[in-house]
Amino acid sequence: MGNFGQLMDGFAVALTAHHLMIMVVGVLLGLVVGVLPGLGAPNGVSLLLPLTFTMDPISAIILLTSMYWGALFGGSTTSILFNIPGEPSSVATTFDGYPLAKQGQAARALTLAFTSAGIGALTGVLVITLLSGWVANFALRFGAAEYFAVYFMAFASFIGMSGGSPFKTLVSMMLGFAAATVGIDTISGESRLTFEFDELIGGISFLIAVIGLFGLGELLLTMEEGLKFEGVKAKLDIRVIARTVAEMPRYWATLIRSALIGCWMGITPGGPTAASFMSYALGRRFSRRGRFFGKGEPEGIVAPETADHSAGSCALLPMLALGIPGSATAAVMMGGLMIWGLSPGPMLFSTRPDFVWGLIASMYMGNLIAVVLVLATVPLFAFILRAPFTVVGPLITVVCVIGAYTVANHMFDVWLALGFGIVGYVFKKLDYPLAPFVLAMVLGDKAEDAFRQAMLTSDGSPAIFFSNGLVATMMGLGLLLLCLPAISLLLKGRAATPKDGAAPAPEGRSA
Amino acid sequence: MPKHALTALALCLGLAVPSVALAEWKPNRPVEFVAAAGPGGGTDTFARVVQSALSKNELLTTPIIVSNKAGGSGAETFIYAKSNKGDPYKLYFGTQDAYVLPLANKLSYSLKDLTPIAAMVFDPFMLWVNPKTSGIEDVKGFIAKAKEAPGQLKLGGAKAKEADETLMTLIEHATGVDLTYIPYKSGSEAAIQVAGGHITANVNNPSESVEQWKAGVQKPLCVFENERLADTTVIADGLSWHDIPTCKEAGIAVDSFAQPRTIWAAADLPPEALAYYTDLFTKAAAAPEFKAYQQRGAQIPRLLTGDAFKDFIKKHEASYAEIYKRNGWLRAEQ
Repeated sequence: MGNFGQLMDGFAVALTAHHLMIMVVGVLLGLVVGVLPGLGAPNGVSLLLPLTFTMDPISAIILLTSMYWGALFGGSTTSILFNIPGEPSSVATTFDGYPLAKQGQAARALTLAFTSAGIGALTGVLVITLLSGWVANFALRFGAAEYFAVYFMAFASFIGMSGGSPFKTLVSMMLGFAAATVGIDTISGESRLTFEFDELIGGISFLIAVIGLFGLGELLLTMEEGLKFEGVKAKLDIRVIARTVAEMPRYWATLIRSALIGCWMGITPGGPTAASFMSYALGRRFSRRGRFFGKGEPEGIVAPETADHSAGSCALLPMLALGIPGSATAAVMMGGLMIWGLSPGPMLFSTRPDFVWGLIASMYMGNLIAVVLVLATVPLFAFILRAPFTVVGPLITVVCVIGAYTVANHMFDVWLALGFGIVGYVFKKLDYPLAPFVLAMVLGDKAEDAFRQAMLTSDGSPAIFFSNGLVATMMGLGLLLLCLPAISLLLKGRAATPKDGAAPAPEGRSA
Repeated sequence: MPKHALTALALCLGLAVPSVALAEWKPNRPVEFVAAAGPGGGTDTFARVVQSALSKNELLTTPIIVSNKAGGSGAETFIYAKSNKGDPYKLYFGTQDAYVLPLANKLSYSLKDLTPIAAMVFDPFMLWVNPKTSGIEDVKGFIAKAKEAPGQLKLGGAKAKEADETLMTLIEHATGVDLTYIPYKSGSEAAIQVAGGHITANVNNPSESVEQWKAGVQKPLCVFENERLADTTVIADGLSWHDIPTCKEAGIAVDSFAQPRTIWAAADLPPEALAYYTDLFTKAAAAPEFKAYQQRGAQIPRLLTGDAFKDFIKKHEASYAEIYKRNGWLRAEQ
């Protein structure tokens, strides 16, 4: 166990009073930028980067990664409290987190999210520790076809979970794909669907879309329903936190399943967003409480959060070992590495083991500190929701508008977010699901690039998607997931007595 | 408003002794560096290295904020510049993209909306393969393989119709082979695909593939320069950058194809601010942080400012326009 010895050396590096203090500061700063939508982890890290120029690289990376953890936790907070995901990967947390908070159980929802996120992150770090050498080489096996297969799996598992009419899911997903194509196309270099607006040439920012679709859309709906916000009824009870933590072992199956999905998606560079969506979808299908998903089911929070954070930690490995950043934040950090004079890549493990293992050790510590700190903030955040909606509503509006403006300092984006707000409202009114739209928007352009690159590589032959064991397995799993609803429907239909001949009623949102 | 300011300025300049007026401008509030690339990209690293060189050596004492406007392959940055005419507190970092992007795309800015300040350094381009998976060891092998099966050899690079794809068309033109270009989001992504054996070759700045070279999964075949690189420090396989032949001597007759790392301001930058920044970046180019960046990237130290930079832009733009015309990439109407 060479890795273990090195990890102990890493702890020796990370566990100094100086570094522990840096972690606390980093996590707190991260929480702040994570809670403010529009700012987000990548911007926060990039603002902090100049401060690290004069620090030694180990302290610097510890500061930045701690901030990253803090921001990830902060992003879940707004998902649950206001239905505004701060990061693409915390979209899936809104599906059950927000309903649970609305029922007056904000503290429970937050605690569930933070605890499972912490468990996910620690699992991810553990995987890195044990498998670093193997994992790094594994990522090299990912060509365009393999990337496409990973995204295909995410899409397929999502169609598998869709509650309402499959037709509506499809429409929503296609609209999402359309939104993802806006901007300059990677493959042809031409601009698409920009209608000659300069502001659209960079594409539609995901954050703008979710601020509108989720934040403002939900707000419009709540207003229509008569300004009710049931958070008011919540009793503020500190013991809720302890009780919720104690309830965690009950979700062991979901925890294990989600952590596995998360690690897999983090290592195969599918990324945390795909992981959290997939984990939520599979949770809905395979959990015994799956039919309560979407209505404030605790497992619906545990599943995406665990996967998100385990994938997030595992995704740092390809960055260190190959120099492929798994996320925007990782890309900023990689920029930092180069400025500190380190080159991320296969040689980093042998040239600077103190740096790599110090970082890995700090990931254990940083996440533990983050969990403790964010749990301490739960009462504060739950308190916000106790204010009457006439206060919270305008507050959310202000936060949304500021967030939309902050993304790129464009007034155009604010109008775009308002437009998406109306789209979100209409979607909900007509009972079209929003999640497929968001998923397609986030992963759509990556999937498209990967598909077209693969087809270019194979001179247009789709056989490339089944050309080796790895990609064929993934495509096969994806196809299976895609057909699963049809198969189970068929089986049920055969077994069903005429009494419940109607198709298993999907738990559509009864608004 | 800017027009009045300009008139006033012109009057002042007419009256005052120029040298005194020129020496006096100095930023007294934060300066924004806008990088025409996403975080972690080549231009982003460039902007941040300059930032660290300036602030560590206290060459610029007001705070510097680096922001990214990567949309539309960086066009977003220069469109933003257009809306900040005359503002000396915003500088824009890019490559040749500033003047090459409008050649192929209909964009609302042109070179007239920018004031060139400096090209601080040049990044050479190299041709890379994975020797183990492709069986290619040198340029001869590369050409032979490409001729064997026209259109079958896949070459990757960053984005479409930009430097990397342009260079590929130059290779095709010079050797008469037929290659297939596969665009990726970034140069390092293409490098990983070569390292993994998914595509055969890529063109890249040295810094984007040097770690893969050290690990033995990529190998540089030749450098697209007229002379070999100067650095003789051994990197990998017992070779230094200097040991890599130029593509010309190895059999691909392509002239120097270096990529300038450029700094711009918006149009109508006050001349005293231009003088200040010219001086500032000349100093920054000599700072140890910048020297280290140059060496890491095997870059060609060549600082261009003032008229020399303007001349270079004119020539470089013209040569790109010619290649674009040949490839049929030029924007249809004016």
